[in-house]
Amino acid sequence: MTVAGSPLAEGSLGPLRRLALAALALLLGAAVDARPASAAGAFPADTFTLANGLEVVVISDHRAPVVAHMLWYRIGAADDPLGRSGVAHFLEHMMFKGTAKFGPGVFSKNVARQGGNENAFTSPDVTGYHQTVASDRLELVMELEADRMRNLVFDPAALESERAVVLEERRQRTDTDPGALLGEHMSAAQYLHHPYRIPVIGWEHEIRAITLADLRRFYDRHYWPNNAVLVVAGDATLATVRALAEKHYGPIPAGPVEQRARPQEPPQLASRRVEYRDTRVGQPSVQRSYLAPSSTAGAQEHAIPLFLLADVLGGGGTSRLYRELVADAKIATGTGASYSGSSLDLGRFFVWVSPAQGHSLDAAEAAMDRVIAAIRDGAITEDELQRAKQNLLAATIYGRDSVAGTARLYGRVLTQGRTVADIQQFPERVKAVTVDDVKKAAAHVFDARRSVTGRLLKADN
Amino acid sequence: MVQRRRRSIAIALLVPFALAFAVLAPAAAPATAAARVIELVTPAGFRVWMVREASIPIVSVEIAFRGGSELDPPGKEGLSRMAAALMDEGAGEYDGLAFQRRLEEFSVSLSFGAERDTVRVSLRTLSENRDEAFRLLGVALGAPRFEASAVERIRGQLLADVSRRNEDSDFIAAKTWYAKAFPEHPYGRSSRGEPETIRAITVADLQAFAAARFTRGEVMIAAVGDIEPAALGALIDRALAQLPLSTTAPVAVTDVSVRTPGSLTVIRRKSPQSRVFLGLPGVKRSDPDFYAAYVMNYVLGGGGFTSRLYQEVREKRGLAYSVSSYLMTFRHAGLVMGGFATVNDRVAEALNLYKQEIARLAAEGISEAELADAKTYLTGSFPLRLDSNAKIAGNLLGMQIEGLGIDFLDRRNDYIRAVTIADIRRVASRILKLDDLTVVVVGDPQGLTP
Repeated sequence: MTVAGSPLAEGSLGPLRRLALAALALLLGAAVDARPASAAGAFPADTFTLANGLEVVVISDHRAPVVAHMLWYRIGAADDPLGRSGVAHFLEHMMFKGTAKFGPGVFSKNVARQGGNENAFTSPDVTGYHQTVASDRLELVMELEADRMRNLVFDPAALESERAVVLEERRQRTDTDPGALLGEHMSAAQYLHHPYRIPVIGWEHEIRAITLADLRRFYDRHYWPNNAVLVVAGDATLATVRALAEKHYGPIPAGPVEQRARPQEPPQLASRRVEYRDTRVGQPSVQRSYLAPSSTAGAQEHAIPLFLLADVLGGGGTSRLYRELVADAKIATGTGASYSGSSLDLGRFFVWVSPAQGHSLDAAEAAMDRVIAAIRDGAITEDELQRAKQNLLAATIYGRDSVAGTARLYGRVLTQGRTVADIQQFPERVKAVTVDDVKKAAAHVFDARRSVTGRLLKADN
Repeated sequence: MVQRRRRSIAIALLVPFALAFAVLAPAAAPATAAARVIELVTPAGFRVWMVREASIPIVSVEIAFRGGSELDPPGKEGLSRMAAALMDEGAGEYDGLAFQRRLEEFSVSLSFGAERDTVRVSLRTLSENRDEAFRLLGVALGAPRFEASAVERIRGQLLADVSRRNEDSDFIAAKTWYAKAFPEHPYGRSSRGEPETIRAITVADLQAFAAARFTRGEVMIAAVGDIEPAALGALIDRALAQLPLSTTAPVAVTDVSVRTPGSLTVIRRKSPQSRVFLGLPGVKRSDPDFYAAYVMNYVLGGGGFTSRLYQEVREKRGLAYSVSSYLMTFRHAGLVMGGFATVNDRVAEALNLYKQEIARLAAEGISEAELADAKTYLTGSFPLRLDSNAKIAGNLLGMQIEGLGIDFLDRRNDYIRAVTIADIRRVASRILKLDDLTVVVVGDPQGLTP
């Protein structure tokens, strides 16, 4: 996010109110962007499971001679051992350090030599590795990825240099960004007990304490074919992928994988407030987060209505928050809402406001609360719901333009133990949502006792 | 041209304050789409580069008008961005809210943006709603309202955006760099403006901008999607034929080169990490050595996990999470840019390493093996840039902006393959001159003396 060119030369971003829309797209776009089996030319998804338990999804799209290969492990930062936050993410970095067969740097060098792009990510729930290559190079990346599932070499020298990299990553992402620092504190306040309270990258003092043994133990417990989902999307056929997966992943034995058993939240009875002041804050803001059900946790029937509610409340220039706070009352310059409903355990619903010049943060918060209260008390209209549905359904069609986005959707859903059918039924389930469903979801989620209010303010020095 | 490949964390918490938006670099494209690019001339005379792609029921259109933020009058920096932000805030019979509701009703995405040397319009529609989509495009372009209430609202948002960015080390570093490098040229002025320049923009300025910029003169159009050429032509005409012929003098921005070779600027800020932003004069897109420079940069700092800078700065010493270099090709200047972020007490060490790699490449060039690897990556990864309708449309537009020719997609890999060791040595010794390096550091670096 930093070394990406001059922000002065950048031009595609519109005014700030688009932030809300962009935020929603980040959140929903991936969550809903496939609509298989509908309009002509839809990309069918086929699935099969190898004898060792590896689940495989194949999404064929032959528009371009390109294929994405993604391996997802059902393990994430929320599964870090207690007192060793950052292990899942640190291990993700170490996965690039070589195996007995392919030494240090060989993986990336080979992918690059084949014209491939690669990356990896760690989220609270999953860890993913992906490469995109010309479709005739699929076997090459599959061989490399299968090899490092069980054969990683843990080198002490590599550990120390990579620890320095991870610490720089933490500084770059979090310690130099007041909004991210507030976010860490809000998460820690939102979750009283569940490990979502701990940052994915880890706390600095625990990153410093991670040992090679910690990483190896985590790897040996979790990196097995029966704890992974392979997604191949693009210019590939089911038959080819099946043959290659049998050849490269098939020989790896199933491992002793345990069910994830994370500490769950107790009842939340007290609202919390967090305030962070930093000299680097250019624009004050207030955000509210409510503990919320997700598609797989809590009152799951509210999940799809909550996706729609986020759009009604904060989806761009026609949304309630924008209309009331920015356009009409002129008390805010920016506002938005979002819903992290695709988390494995309880998610969150966010609302935020940035006050206009001459208005206090308190006044902006009070105005935000009036809008939330109205929605909680049932003010949502049929028109608003139709608008949100239309946006969401259009996003499922537009989302199909991105093969990688479609692949990510399948990866995320399947690593949560949900199915292809869940994805394929999504549009129908969206269409079936009623105003009453959204009212119930709003009444459920907007409970101050389960909320955290975070205020970001400029410090004088 | 920026490769931004790095291991990343997907943080579940969505912090709206911290969203980053990538620069869309004019790039190129591969063979299968290449074979299907056609030039359509509409009845009204617009030239459109298009690819028909019927497998998804959508149509993507990308339009560029020459003349972007570089033309903002001094004292009114930010005008182009502000005008672009207002183009969907009311037009014709619609006020802002009504216009946006109409777009939503038909699931049309219409956005305007100001680049350095172009103003861009992106239109995306479901095939079934294309008539209304193009009608709305025409209304927005032909009759923007610039109503006072919308203008003040957007002004407030842009002011807030600038206040936020003016506290962001990345932004401060980049803004400072360009101001130092181009002190008397539009490239030295922030396209986002400053609070006082944003406050100075009037409705008359906005109206003048729209009248001067949205003309039939220098418009470039690309489209990809589920539509027959004739139907597309009719719709393009419906939206654009109303525009006036160009009435103003041609764009008067001069070529320019970096003015502060050899400078190091430190901006002290309390921060655990320093942001280093640096650059050298480079080559323009039209330079005969562009491809040699492009391959050279891949080896230096453009190659994701394999570049020399990545290996030396990150992989061997853990000095940074991200370190890279890239070519910046403006219409009137070419640059080799780069940077990294590192803990304050190692900035000097990392900067020295960075400089050593520049000097080594300038002195020794690259090896045959490095050249071969660079070529297989750069040619093999080319199809990856064309794996969606949106990417193809963006490339077709970029090709027009850069004057690359409609068969560019077929020829591009040949340009890469033709680069020799001698070409790289020549261009490296020509542009990688440490004495020309302009460095800006934002943070609290130790042991670094300007």
